[in-house]
Amino acid sequence: MLGLEKKDFRLLLIVVALTMLAPFILNPFPEGSDMAQFNAGYPDLMQRFVIFGILAIGFNILFGLTGYLSFGHAAFLGVGSYAAVWMFKLLSMNVVPAILLSVIIAGVFALIIGYVSLRRSGIYFSILTLAFAQMSYALAYSVLTPLTGGETGLQPKPGDPRILDGALAPGETATPGFFGLFDMRDSLELSVGGWVFTFNVGYYFAAVIMIIAFYISIRIFRSPFGMMLRAIKSNQTRMSYTGLNARPYTLAAFVISGMYAGLAGGLLVSMDPQAGAERMFWTASGEIVLMTILGGAGTLIGPVLGAGFIKYFENIVSKINKTTLEGWFYWMPDGIEDVVITIIYPFVGKGWHLTLGLLFMLVVIFLPGGLVEGGQRIAAALKRKKPDDAKSSATEPAE
Amino acid sequence: MDQIILQILNGLDKGSAYALIALGLTLIFGTLGVVNFAHGALFMMGAFVSVTVSKLLTLSHKVVDETRTDFLGNPLQVDVPYVYDWFGQGAGDAIIDWAVPISIIFAIPIMVTIGFIMERGLIKHFYKRPHADQILVTFGLAIVLQEVIKYFYGANPIPTPAPSAFTGSFDFGVAFGFDPNAIIYPYWRLVYFFFSVIVIGAVFAFLQFTTFGMVVRAGMADRETVGMLGINIDKRFTVMFGIAAAVAGLAGVMYVPINPPNYHMGMDFLVLSFVVVVVGGMGSLPGAVAAGFLLGILESFASMSAVINILPGINQIIIYLVAIIILLTRPRGLMGRKGVMEE
Repeated sequence: MLGLEKKDFRLLLIVVALTMLAPFILNPFPEGSDMAQFNAGYPDLMQRFVIFGILAIGFNILFGLTGYLSFGHAAFLGVGSYAAVWMFKLLSMNVVPAILLSVIIAGVFALIIGYVSLRRSGIYFSILTLAFAQMSYALAYSVLTPLTGGETGLQPKPGDPRILDGALAPGETATPGFFGLFDMRDSLELSVGGWVFTFNVGYYFAAVIMIIAFYISIRIFRSPFGMMLRAIKSNQTRMSYTGLNARPYTLAAFVISGMYAGLAGGLLVSMDPQAGAERMFWTASGEIVLMTILGGAGTLIGPVLGAGFIKYFENIVSKINKTTLEGWFYWMPDGIEDVVITIIYPFVGKGWHLTLGLLFMLVVIFLPGGLVEGGQRIAAALKRKKPDDAKSSATEPAE
Repeated sequence: MDQIILQILNGLDKGSAYALIALGLTLIFGTLGVVNFAHGALFMMGAFVSVTVSKLLTLSHKVVDETRTDFLGNPLQVDVPYVYDWFGQGAGDAIIDWAVPISIIFAIPIMVTIGFIMERGLIKHFYKRPHADQILVTFGLAIVLQEVIKYFYGANPIPTPAPSAFTGSFDFGVAFGFDPNAIIYPYWRLVYFFFSVIVIGAVFAFLQFTTFGMVVRAGMADRETVGMLGINIDKRFTVMFGIAAAVAGLAGVMYVPINPPNYHMGMDFLVLSFVVVVVGGMGSLPGAVAAGFLLGILESFASMSAVINILPGINQIIIYLVAIIILLTRPRGLMGRKGVMEE
């Protein structure tokens, strides 16, 4: 189906189902209950899930397939964001031209950086991409202020030309839309019993794009081109002995993953029309790496899982505070309650980075394949157990 | 001319920090072949050793001073640091004043221990894994260390002053025959520069003139052969990791009066130090030191207003720009050896 093997098509269907039903799946707890803060089904967070999913899918095409570890991917996200805001300022609040431009600009940017950086490999490549990203960050923050808004960031303002829509009146704000048919911020709320489900236009727009991006990435993984990229990862020297030049392939992979990042940047701006330089800082690049590794580099679904996992943590775990903890452990005897809360407290709320760091270390040490490998191991363990159980139950009576 | 001297001097203190961190990074890389992203965190921990020591030295207890009264007429309670009780008031004051240099004594064993624990507990298991894995696990470790420090010390910078003997500035203008006040340079930055020169010299002397250092250098050149000669090279490399950690820690200890430390100072320095290492040439100790000072001085030249007027923003990007140019024209960096990190 759609040029995919059966297994991949099933995976695609699962992703489609999950993203389309996300408002239900992510809201398992009724409104107002104790567990309601674990609900992730609000538009802002769901949009982040899919947008950072796109970012991680793109990064995975580079890192997962070729093994080139780019530490400057956030630069493309930032460039894409700026491009999209400029489209809003100059043309109209329609998201389609904005996203197209952000993909193109990020692609061109990736072509330039990639052409230079890919002359080297290994750690030198990582440092080169890091250097380029930090340079872009520093320039966006200082000298390029007319273009990027500097410290205050870039956002649509009254007085922008906006050729198609006409200039904004003072005090009027505009929200991004889709050909004037939908507004990205429109939502439909559905109350069933104690549950409230929110269906947001922006989320579904981003989700459809993510599904397309995911489909393209499956096609790349299964194509001869993807095979070439994997050959680069496993043994570049041997590949060049067979008369193949690795550079065009790595450059293509770099540009594609840069375009994915630009797409994610454009989408971020489409949901919330502003862009700032901090999006390009090297910690943002580090976060992309974390997402991909945590989920499982080189696997199809891993990066999406990793992105969702980190964004969920960032938004949910960081909201847990002392009162919440006291609410959970009220049933314990007083002394033990205090001890438990004192132990857990440093890991939640403001300290969620600590949990993330520990988790990330554990994954790198014990599960180099990320969450996907963890899932596979569990599945394998369960599979092994079942026949064993059947056998033992079958043999025991005989003895 | 005076401007040029001033910029060179300005570059020296930053350059010293870069050089010290890069030296440690290169030591670890050259001996163990590990890319240590947690090295900036070691620098930061050194800085916080200094903060902790100065806090401990000012620990005090309340004593009722009969001679003075507070505004209610009751006898005044005064905080008396414990060091007063132990050494008398004069010596106690001096000790508190010299808290930062005194921290060096504590920092060396603490940092060496941290280095040992890191190497034996974590990094040892990553020798056979790809470089990407090493980068990632040490990156995770850096986040953890950083967050632990943030939990205990908070997110705000903690100012810790230099000894009062070094608080002023030195007027180089007079010394070199220029106008007075043309070149003013804080004493502590001079101290920092000389300190780093001493540390760097000590590390090089240790490697060059001791038997232990000779074995380590042999191990860096050809680990397998040294192992076959019946020398336990792993043990010595562990010691080198401890030394590298101590060098980074000392850089941090003495840096505290220049910039109040906060929990992410390590990361800020780490990125630049990596650039320094790569510019100097992976695995080359003199290269790392030279590149550290060179980039520090270049950075301060780029922030001269005359330069900024011609090329706006150059001060922000000069280091990265130089790194890109050097990596593309001299792939092994300034003094890189052949065959290091070239797979």
